[in-house]
Amino acid sequence: MIVDRRSFIKTGGAAVAGTMVLPPLLKSCQNIQISPDVKSYLDHFEVTAQMLQKVIAEAMSKGGDYADLFFEHKISNTLGLEDGKVNQAYSNVDYGMGVRVLKGDQTGFAYTETISEKDMLKVAKTAANIAGDPVTFKQDEILEKTAPNYYKISQKWENATVEEKIPYVQKLNDRVFELDEKVTKVRAFLSDETGYVMFYSSEGLLTYDYRPMASLAAVCIMEQNGQIENAYSARAYRKGFEFLDDDLVEELAQEAINKTNILFDATKPKAGEMPVVLGAGGSGILLHEAMGHAFEADFNRKETSIFSDKMGKSVAKDFINIIEDGTLENNRGSINVDDEGNDVKKVHLVKEGILTSYIHDRISSNFYGVDPTGNGRRQSFRHVPLPRMRITYMEPGPHSKDDIISSVDYGVYVDNFSNGQVNIGAGDFTFFVKSGYLIENGKLTQPIKDINIIGNGPQALADITMAAGDYKIDNGTWSCGKGGQSVPVSMGLPTVLVKKLTVGGTSA
Amino acid sequence: MTKEEKYSIAKWAMEQAIDNGAQEARVSIYNNNSSQIEVRDEKIDKLQEANRNSMRINLYVDNKYSSISTNRLNNKEELGRFIKEAIAGTKYLSEDEFRMLPDPELYYKGGGDDLNILDQGFESVDPQDKIDMAHSIEQEVLGTDDRIISVSTYYNDGLSGNVMVASNGFEGDSENSYYSLRASVSVKDGEARPQGNWYESAIFEKELIKNGIGTEALKRALDKLGQEKIQSGKMPMIVENRLAGRTLQPLISALNGSSIQQKNSFLIDMKGEKIGSDLMTVVDDPFIVSGRGSRLFDSEGLATVKRAIVEGGVLKNYFIDTYYGKKLEMEPNSGSTTNLVFKPGDKDLEGLIASLNRGILVTGFNGGNSNGSTGDFSYGIEGFLVENGQLTQPVSEMNITGNFKQVWKDLIAVGNDVYTGSSWRLPSLVFDNIDFSGL
Repeated sequence: MIVDRRSFIKTGGAAVAGTMVLPPLLKSCQNIQISPDVKSYLDHFEVTAQMLQKVIAEAMSKGGDYADLFFEHKISNTLGLEDGKVNQAYSNVDYGMGVRVLKGDQTGFAYTETISEKDMLKVAKTAANIAGDPVTFKQDEILEKTAPNYYKISQKWENATVEEKIPYVQKLNDRVFELDEKVTKVRAFLSDETGYVMFYSSEGLLTYDYRPMASLAAVCIMEQNGQIENAYSARAYRKGFEFLDDDLVEELAQEAINKTNILFDATKPKAGEMPVVLGAGGSGILLHEAMGHAFEADFNRKETSIFSDKMGKSVAKDFINIIEDGTLENNRGSINVDDEGNDVKKVHLVKEGILTSYIHDRISSNFYGVDPTGNGRRQSFRHVPLPRMRITYMEPGPHSKDDIISSVDYGVYVDNFSNGQVNIGAGDFTFFVKSGYLIENGKLTQPIKDINIIGNGPQALADITMAAGDYKIDNGTWSCGKGGQSVPVSMGLPTVLVKKLTVGGTSA
Repeated sequence: MTKEEKYSIAKWAMEQAIDNGAQEARVSIYNNNSSQIEVRDEKIDKLQEANRNSMRINLYVDNKYSSISTNRLNNKEELGRFIKEAIAGTKYLSEDEFRMLPDPELYYKGGGDDLNILDQGFESVDPQDKIDMAHSIEQEVLGTDDRIISVSTYYNDGLSGNVMVASNGFEGDSENSYYSLRASVSVKDGEARPQGNWYESAIFEKELIKNGIGTEALKRALDKLGQEKIQSGKMPMIVENRLAGRTLQPLISALNGSSIQQKNSFLIDMKGEKIGSDLMTVVDDPFIVSGRGSRLFDSEGLATVKRAIVEGGVLKNYFIDTYYGKKLEMEPNSGSTTNLVFKPGDKDLEGLIASLNRGILVTGFNGGNSNGSTGDFSYGIEGFLVENGQLTQPVSEMNITGNFKQVWKDLIAVGNDVYTGSSWRLPSLVFDNIDFSGL
């Protein structure tokens, strides 16, 4: 399932106090060689390398095959504007560590929100119970890893004050009102997040990550002859305070206006199966729902995915290449290291039409005997890692956007979405179209709105008969939900033609 | 933390806020203890235990408002600094004359009946019994049918509590428990692997239904064999009781004070007007003994009241909290639902099916959304074609599309099968003239 962050914003996010940096209380008494970077993370969580080894030994004490510790400290802030003024602020601090123990495919997991040696040993003991044969475990060697940095920032959010952030939110409101006199209400939100993550495993791997995130969004309500319509625009990146500038504000204001304006004349198409042209960018939701989730190897390991026996087989036309990446610069879906300490890789899921890789976490890559892909992700220290998407996109194809649209007699062109979902086993996926156009005799004509599109994953993938060269990543506020866990993702697509999908609408 | 410890730290934080420049403050402390067990292939697949605490502080500073939360409750020096910083940050915001604590007259003042929503024996359930329950529903189906590919069963429980204090005179606490058992069964159907799911839940461990869950999940998976989409067209739709909330949720959301004030509602100025058919009567009742949504006070401390929401299709009440009440110049009546009770009809689901000449029984939703401003909606569905009062064909990969302003007026029958395992107590519902898109 994937949702735009708007539904999250509605229920309240976090915003006021910025910093909560912990004082470096610990005097260094470690005889293990630790580099200053890693040391700063140990200090941040007020632990020593010896303590981690002791906790891992406890976690492995019942004969587990593997154990890991995941430390996290997250500070998030949201500034909200309503009825013309920046008049609400939310801040949240979340802190703790989780212990996971694996025995074969089996997982034991527990966490604590207080990081003391005693509390860590207690949860390690709980997690250890997944295995049942007492053993003595000792891990002497520490393998430090400093991952590449895919999200370099120049100004940390922890140093940005409320006073500095407010003008951008206010300006976004003011610009939306200035651009169209039909605007009656605007809500705007600026959210920032700073995450400190540290990881240690029974294999001795010790690594860390600094994870910034920022998003700015505007909800626009317009009224015309008694008709009310709403739309919104948003951008999200792993960036610092430099995320905010006047160009971003202007772009979002224009987009909110355009997306709302189109709705006044929009109707519903006629119901039924028809060709669907997906515009470049956010249409990547098709990949996320129709195949991405079904490629996640936990479903395939359990043989519950409709793609379970398709590895190495042709699943799409030979001009189609689908990528799962986590290394795009400052992208919302990027991670420097996954939540199991693995390197983050760019993976071809589909290469020249052939299914070449699933999306793996540690359990599934062991099961399939392949290298980890860096897709083991968790919502927080309270959660176990699962195979999850990061940035899912299709590479450019050989056709042109004009050729694709002009090839359709009657169908729809869609480029603005709010959410999607999939039934992994049946393969049925959906995505909700906020707005688009009818295609009649090869031309975009009447605007359309608020329709669901449903299809079957393998069929839809095989039915992509044209793809253009205009590939684009969508930098909206996408979050992906699975097994009760939400993680930030993004997606991209060139303009493509799906020969046939079932479009919601009115029947004759 | 004991309840007394929670009160103590909440009051301390409230005093810190007032001493450092806030005129008013409200502090809530939440805790949740839970366990989750997943069983697969006769082994425990996942065993998870969780114990979380958090504090939320609403700050009212010089007519300005902010809200902060943290799970770092055990270091007062740091908490004090967090509160001070937040108050300093709040001063940069714009004034908001509508932001204030509720009128103390409206607070719950104690003395309410015991709603019986807490299992006192929560801590004493044997962990091995929890694992055995999940194994037991797995055993109901393992090896019973060649088409089974995968069976996963789940046990979950949780105990949640909160303590809340406000500087203008509120103090209150509540605690509740839940238990649930769930089964997912996947079966092979050519290329497809349809999944059937079933679950039971209860407030008390001894009341949790512990058998038949695996069997029902398997039945629901096998019922899906041969799913296909049918011709697009307008026809009646039955929505199964456990899913009926999907059709009511957008309407409840449109009744919310924030949606009304922000013009993101298709029900603005509709109080006293007809918004549904005569069969539509919905009451919000916070006082049902052992109801899943039962409570004596809401998240602001307002005493809850039983109230009519829709009566014979006529809209009776919005959901108004203190803030949007001030903005809309309406009396606050709590901004959220408690137990939302839909007045039942006289037929069971079988009777509703038997009464249809041709229509679709919806047993699953798949994505879709609705437009809060206009009421337009479109959702993916699966279920069964009904012909001459019989289920004749499993269907999937179809959409329903329409507008909620019209759909509730087209409610033509209501079942007697109210599902009580949720805070929204809804029966199966039958709507006429639904646009289905398929072939």
